[in-house]
Amino acid sequence: MEVPILKQQHYLIATVQAALTDADLTHLRDALVERVGRFRSHAVIVDVTALDVMDSFASRTLRDLAYMIRLRGAETVIVGIQPEVAFAMVQLGLNLEGVATALDLEEGLAFLNHKGKSREAGSNLSRN
Amino acid sequence: MVVVVKTKVSPRFKSQQATEFTAALLRELVAHLRQNRTQLRQEWARRIQEAQLLTAMSEDEIFAEATSVYDNYVEALETGTFEALQAYARNLSERVIPRGVETDEVIGIVLLLRDVLARSLFAKYQDDFDKLNSILDAYEPAANRIANTVAVGFVQERERIIREQQEAIRELSTPVLQVRERLLILPIIGAIDPQRARQLTEQLLRAIRTNRAKVVVIDITGVAALNSVVASHLVQTVEASRLLGAMVIVTGLSPEIAQTLVTIGVDLGKMHTVGDLQGGIEEAERLLGYKVISIVEEAPQA
Repeated sequence: MEVPILKQQHYLIATVQAALTDADLTHLRDALVERVGRFRSHAVIVDVTALDVMDSFASRTLRDLAYMIRLRGAETVIVGIQPEVAFAMVQLGLNLEGVATALDLEEGLAFLNHKGKSREAGSNLSRN
Repeated sequence: MVVVVKTKVSPRFKSQQATEFTAALLRELVAHLRQNRTQLRQEWARRIQEAQLLTAMSEDEIFAEATSVYDNYVEALETGTFEALQAYARNLSERVIPRGVETDEVIGIVLLLRDVLARSLFAKYQDDFDKLNSILDAYEPAANRIANTVAVGFVQERERIIREQQEAIRELSTPVLQVRERLLILPIIGAIDPQRARQLTEQLLRAIRTNRAKVVVIDITGVAALNSVVASHLVQTVEASRLLGAMVIVTGLSPEIAQTLVTIGVDLGKMHTVGDLQGGIEEAERLLGYKVISIVEEAPQA
């Protein structure tokens, strides 16, 4: 099942609608890494609210996705991990280390906007 | 010369015959119990009072209860099925346990009924010893099973109530409280076993989602000791909270706990710890961008 990727100003938003196969996941990763450059996006949000299972492949792919996006010069936030999923992941040692997470899409956007502002402030400072 | 001819009877036929025989005896028994219902029931109720059982109930209540127990008892004897009796026993237990009726009382009254009925059988068949013997053969196993069923029903009901209460205590013991918008505190008091730890995590994660919390302060001032299992569970809780977008601050680690954690080598690198609950809340407020200002000190300046 293909995951739709929406461009929303400087952000790309991918909302997972149903359980994904490994192939779907790698496809999603590749598509996002490619588009983040094409659209000159500042950040990527992956919404996994619909997932009630997250296996090791899925969390590794999401982590790799975040690292790859970072190398392409943008941010990644994973949003909407369910409480049960979160605890199951941690018990399996799948911590998504170094990847930003947020409660839901709204929180993810707030986090990115906050970061964006401080980045702008930083660039203003250097210009002055 | 005498020829002895043995007639062969198959064992299967024999046992079938025996079952039919027992069934016939049970029918006779049930008829007897039905006939003498009023008298036996009164006798039973009298014996219950004599033995000072069910003192929590009034005389009328005992008699009413005795009537339905008696009828259920006879029915179980007649049909040989115990489901109805089981259901009745559970229902009875549900009613009498809150009134302080003890296990030995319930078992006592059932054994009394067994005794009363056996005595009436002795009286009826006293002239025919063989008949009495076979009637008792049919009666005893059934009566034992009934006593067993009622006792087990009562104990199960008790256990169910205890389980419910344990559950209630456990839920009460881990409150997740909101102190500010998006700031939760979770004060933990008392010993943490793995089961409580699991429940605590579940409640916390659910509360993070429903309250849309950003920061959680877990205060373990009231925890005397932590073992390695619970400690690593705590670390996992912190990690899982992060996946939900909330940051966890742990406060109130006692010197003993701190020492234990370091000795057993739990990786606390990912845990944000602050000395006491006050410090934890202040830190959380700072993270959320709150600033607490004393209006008393501000007033003279304005």
